[in-house]
Amino acid sequence: MSINKRFWISLVLSLPMLVGMILMPFGRTIPGGAWTQLGLTTIIMLVAARPFWQSAWASFKKHHANMDTLVAIGTLTAYVYSIYAMLTAQPVFFESAAFVTTFVLLGQVFEERMRNNASNAVEKLVDLQAKEAEVLRDGHFVRVPLAEVVAGDTVRVKPGQKIPVDGVILEGTSTVDESMVTGESMPVTKHVDDAVIGSTMNSNGTFLFRANKVGDDTMLAQIVELVKKAQNSHAPIQKLTDKVSDIFVPVVLSLSILTFLVWYVFLGASVANALVFAVAVVVIACPCALGLATPTALMVGTGRGAKMGILIKNGEVLEAVNDVRTVVFDKTGTITVGQPQVTDIVGDRSRVLQVAASLEGGSEHPLASAILDQAQTDQVVPQTVDQFQAVEGQGVTATVKHQSAFVGNHKLASQAEVTPALAQQAAQLQREAKTVVYVGVADQVIGLIAIQDAPKPTSREAIAALKARGLKTVMLTGDNQRVAEAVAQDVGIDRVIADVLPSDKADHVAALQADGKVAFVGDGINDAPALTTADVGIAMGSGTDIAIDAGGIVLVKNDLRDVDRALALSRKTFNRIKLNLFWAFIYNVLGIPVAAGVFFTLGVTLSPELAGLAMAFSSLSVVTSSVLLNRAKIQSHVSVA
Amino acid sequence: MLKISVLIVGLAIIGFIFWWFFGKHAVATETAVATQTGQSVDVEVNGGYSPEKIVLKQGVPATLTFTRKDASSCLDRVVFSDFGINQELPKDQPQTIQIDTSHAGQYEWACGMDMFHGSLVIK
Repeated sequence: MSINKRFWISLVLSLPMLVGMILMPFGRTIPGGAWTQLGLTTIIMLVAARPFWQSAWASFKKHHANMDTLVAIGTLTAYVYSIYAMLTAQPVFFESAAFVTTFVLLGQVFEERMRNNASNAVEKLVDLQAKEAEVLRDGHFVRVPLAEVVAGDTVRVKPGQKIPVDGVILEGTSTVDESMVTGESMPVTKHVDDAVIGSTMNSNGTFLFRANKVGDDTMLAQIVELVKKAQNSHAPIQKLTDKVSDIFVPVVLSLSILTFLVWYVFLGASVANALVFAVAVVVIACPCALGLATPTALMVGTGRGAKMGILIKNGEVLEAVNDVRTVVFDKTGTITVGQPQVTDIVGDRSRVLQVAASLEGGSEHPLASAILDQAQTDQVVPQTVDQFQAVEGQGVTATVKHQSAFVGNHKLASQAEVTPALAQQAAQLQREAKTVVYVGVADQVIGLIAIQDAPKPTSREAIAALKARGLKTVMLTGDNQRVAEAVAQDVGIDRVIADVLPSDKADHVAALQADGKVAFVGDGINDAPALTTADVGIAMGSGTDIAIDAGGIVLVKNDLRDVDRALALSRKTFNRIKLNLFWAFIYNVLGIPVAAGVFFTLGVTLSPELAGLAMAFSSLSVVTSSVLLNRAKIQSHVSVA
Repeated sequence: MLKISVLIVGLAIIGFIFWWFFGKHAVATETAVATQTGQSVDVEVNGGYSPEKIVLKQGVPATLTFTRKDASSCLDRVVFSDFGINQELPKDQPQTIQIDTSHAGQYEWACGMDMFHGSLVIK
């Protein structure tokens, strides 16, 4: 029989006894008196409470005890004693047995609902998947179930359809709402060669893409797997409750017997009174609240993180985040974009860019691609060039429209005429750790292009938020000191450790750990050892799979501001765990002495019914507090969430 | 006199409780019989798990079948935290759980409330 049914039966049969209790002070009793109570309680015991006995007995045989043991012993004691009292014409307390059963079942009914509520984050994620895909088979697009899509398939996505699997666009453009996977609220424009993520929503265009990850390999499937593991992981703080739960029930039973002995033997109470205290002790002690405190909060916290695009891999990470003192960043790709970009153009912008782009058209140099990207963004059309010549270590020369032209470094420009103003600006740009490219036509430098692996626009804000939290920020990079310091100054990093060999990153992290726990934020393969060494490894979602595996937290959105949000969420979740544990312990630490009648002389006592209610309330309050974590405000110093 | 007897009986029961729950008692252990296709163990869930300790062979796909016979909501889920498994166990309906045996080691499982524990050894 379901808990729900047992609860309703128990409630309906308890109601007449409740009425009787209320009427008692007015000198009225329910018809049939003790006999009616006996009848009602017997049915409750047999129908609603029997599963407690069965479970208690089964575990007793295995040398275990659980909350059912407590409920079974509590209710059975009250019930059996009342029968004895009835036969010897003494006051009975059948209603205790009935009410305790009702309240405990009430607690379980709610708890079951809440627990299902806490665990549905994963189901919601899985529900995001498209059910079908339009795949090119034998020259035609046919609709096939998602499971039949294989890597390499060409898939068509129409406006308003979900992208079924991960892949790369072959044809067409569109904007895609990726919020369900990355948490990024702005739609993203996708062109040919851009990656698309399965289960995200295509909005306005039709496009074809090649599937490259299907089934369990898709980003969503991997996120689901990570969230599942995180939700069921153990936080170290839980070890305490594991230990407590092993000895809890037998200790409570012993305390209850002691309570009876003290009242009956030493304080001269009647058997009935001594039993009431003993039963109350058994009933109020609820190990469930202790057991539920950590897992439910972990479940809700990690589930909420997943919705925000922050994947927290396990409970250990949550706990470690709490003591982090220093946040160490990798530079390239984490603080900076990871690719050189044109930051400044000095001179006639379009002319300088046009000449530079025309000359660099055939070059493979990374700086050339930065210039060509900028030309494309500015919609500058390169001209055809003749007599193209690469000058080793200096740049390139060619003729454009019958005029000689060059693009290169200061060595190449030294033969040409540079105005003092331009020379001054070049020096200034160099001080900012930018690479300066001179553009010249007919032996005259017409402008400068400054190129840098620029910080991401959000980096500054992200680091300010961490500093506001009182954390020390450090940048670790293989780049030279001057470049590193310029970037650090730009984004506001406290300390720079430059010229670090990839293999030494982990050692530097370990050295920083001397001053307290360290979080490391990185994305590359070379960051993996540092991510593992750090107390909290935070991997950027765009990073390599190895980095994502090594990190304890993954930022799906690649937004550095999420570091602060991840810290805020982890702290919030961990504090909620502590709060839950505190309440669960307080219930028992305060509840047991009160129930045992320690405060009897102060007039504070707890009847078994109230003890049952308190017990139901304790597990319920813990689960509720965890579920409320979903609504709790995540205090972040970043302006928009 | 009656009170003295009650006292003695009460203390005796406490003594029994400590011996019964905290004394050393053998744990039901079962070693899975591995065939070429796989290995499987049936676990009965009734006031705990029997067997409570399962030994599996490394590298052979393993299936554990949990059948809950106990009405207690304490036991209505089984959680293998190392494997990210959190399986609901409807009463009297056998539920199979696939275990990845590629890594040797000792793993724990527990009920949803972390009150009952079992251990899994892969070697």
